[in-house]
Amino acid sequence: MDNMNSPKELLRKGAEASLYTTTWQNRRVILKNRLPKAYRHEKLDKQIRYYRTIHEAQLIHEAKKAGVPTPKIYEVDIASSSIIMEYIEGQQVKALLSSISKTERERICQKIGVLIGKLHKVGIIHGDLTTSNMILESTGRIVLVDFGLGEKSEEIEAKGVDLHLMKRALQSTHYQNAEDCFAKVITGYSKILGAEDTKDILDKINEVEKRGRYVAERKQK
Amino acid sequence: MYCLGIESTADDFGVGISTFEGDILANSSNSYMPATGGIHPREAARHHAEVAAQVLSKAFSESGLKPRDLSIVAFSQGPGLGPCLRTGATIARAMASFLTIPLVGINHSIAHIEIGKLKTQARDPVTLYVSGGNTMVTAYEAGRYRVFGETLDIALGNCLDVFAREIGLNPKPGLPLGAAVEQLATKGKELINLPYTVKGMDFSLSGLLTAATTAFKKGTFKLEDVCYSLQEHAFSMVAEVAERAIAHTGKKEVLLTGGVAANNRLQSMLRLIAQDHDAEFSVVPRQFATDNGAMVAWTGVLSYTHGVSTPIDESFVKLKWRVEKVDIPWIT
Repeated sequence: MDNMNSPKELLRKGAEASLYTTTWQNRRVILKNRLPKAYRHEKLDKQIRYYRTIHEAQLIHEAKKAGVPTPKIYEVDIASSSIIMEYIEGQQVKALLSSISKTERERICQKIGVLIGKLHKVGIIHGDLTTSNMILESTGRIVLVDFGLGEKSEEIEAKGVDLHLMKRALQSTHYQNAEDCFAKVITGYSKILGAEDTKDILDKINEVEKRGRYVAERKQK
Repeated sequence: MYCLGIESTADDFGVGISTFEGDILANSSNSYMPATGGIHPREAARHHAEVAAQVLSKAFSESGLKPRDLSIVAFSQGPGLGPCLRTGATIARAMASFLTIPLVGINHSIAHIEIGKLKTQARDPVTLYVSGGNTMVTAYEAGRYRVFGETLDIALGNCLDVFAREIGLNPKPGLPLGAAVEQLATKGKELINLPYTVKGMDFSLSGLLTAATTAFKKGTFKLEDVCYSLQEHAFSMVAEVAERAIAHTGKKEVLLTGGVAANNRLQSMLRLIAQDHDAEFSVVPRQFATDNGAMVAWTGVLSYTHGVSTPIDESFVKLKWRVEKVDIPWIT
């Protein structure tokens, strides 16, 4: 990679990859690098890193075609499992969602729902829908990032699990307004997918949740 | 002041006694061992009823206490197998009524976390709780233990147990099925391709179980290699999710608890992850890793001293009681 000599600054050390800011062709860019994990078997580790690097780049590109804002991809290097992509200026939705007004929060959640709907409509499963993977730009545009756990699937199961994860993320991070937020996500989602498909997927979410080990039974308080 | 705790969520019937300061004075148990197959809930419950008196008296003799010395009785109210839970609950209710002392219903999963914290001195950890019935990553946040990731289908211990039975292993006293798989896995060298399924913060183990079983039955792979590969894949998944929770919460302690915590390979993976995030790693001591009464007794103390008790008419068992439904008043 020709940027390897540019100075890079660690932006965030995630569990899965490290994000750096650096320059590439005189642009400020993000270098996402999936570092080897010492705890994993070397062969499995490589498989996971290569697979996720390739798929992430593909899905980011496809999401854009579906009308979902994502960072531009500049360069992909499999051997070092890294991607150079556009630096998105803005704020993580995670950081602001609990501190803004109800109207604003609901508006953002609905918008998120629309974006997820657009992805699912073309069979893109994000795989890690949390509010830390959504960036709000000053223009009001929401950009989805981190497709590293994504996949292509037309199955209701996959879409249900994807939305279930969104719900779980809201519950663990924005527990005060989780229900309201998720309801708005669904409102936005059904605008794209239509009431009928949305209902099928909501039923699937229910089923996914019941499948989980310990879910309160219907009749219990 | 003493609390007696009764554990009977699954195959173990356990009785523990804890002081209000957290000294464990007794921790006795007796496990139901099916001749073949997994736990039959009704058979396990019958076992618990049969051994209850003996396990209780062992706990009293270990501690040197008499029933009249007790201040409270705690029991695992859920989650777990209905008939087993009801057996423990019935005994707990009877004791509390007879001794006219308060009854405290405890969430079994929280008891696993709390005994881990008590025994390792972890204060505010990301906890990976892995057992035959549960597999989850939790951390305390705003009044409750929040679940950051969990299995979408079967538990990690369940995955290892079923695999072990599928390949013809039988549990022996002192060597649980999971440990038998671990022994074989240490002799494995070749990593076989198996499904690796992490979905966001959750993971799925049922496909891995099927694939590992099929790989063995095909006969083209060595059993040791299949065990090894099963462990590598399954543990990498839960470890990855644990790491994501550590990164997400920024907590500086990692606690491994539950029956599968005894596995050395899983421990080494989490130790490496903790190091990588400048976090302190601790693992619950073996005798408190599997289901036990001591953890229930200690969590009973924490609950009762913070205003929680369970009136008899609200002491029905909760088979699917989730961790994040429980208020945790003892953490401030």
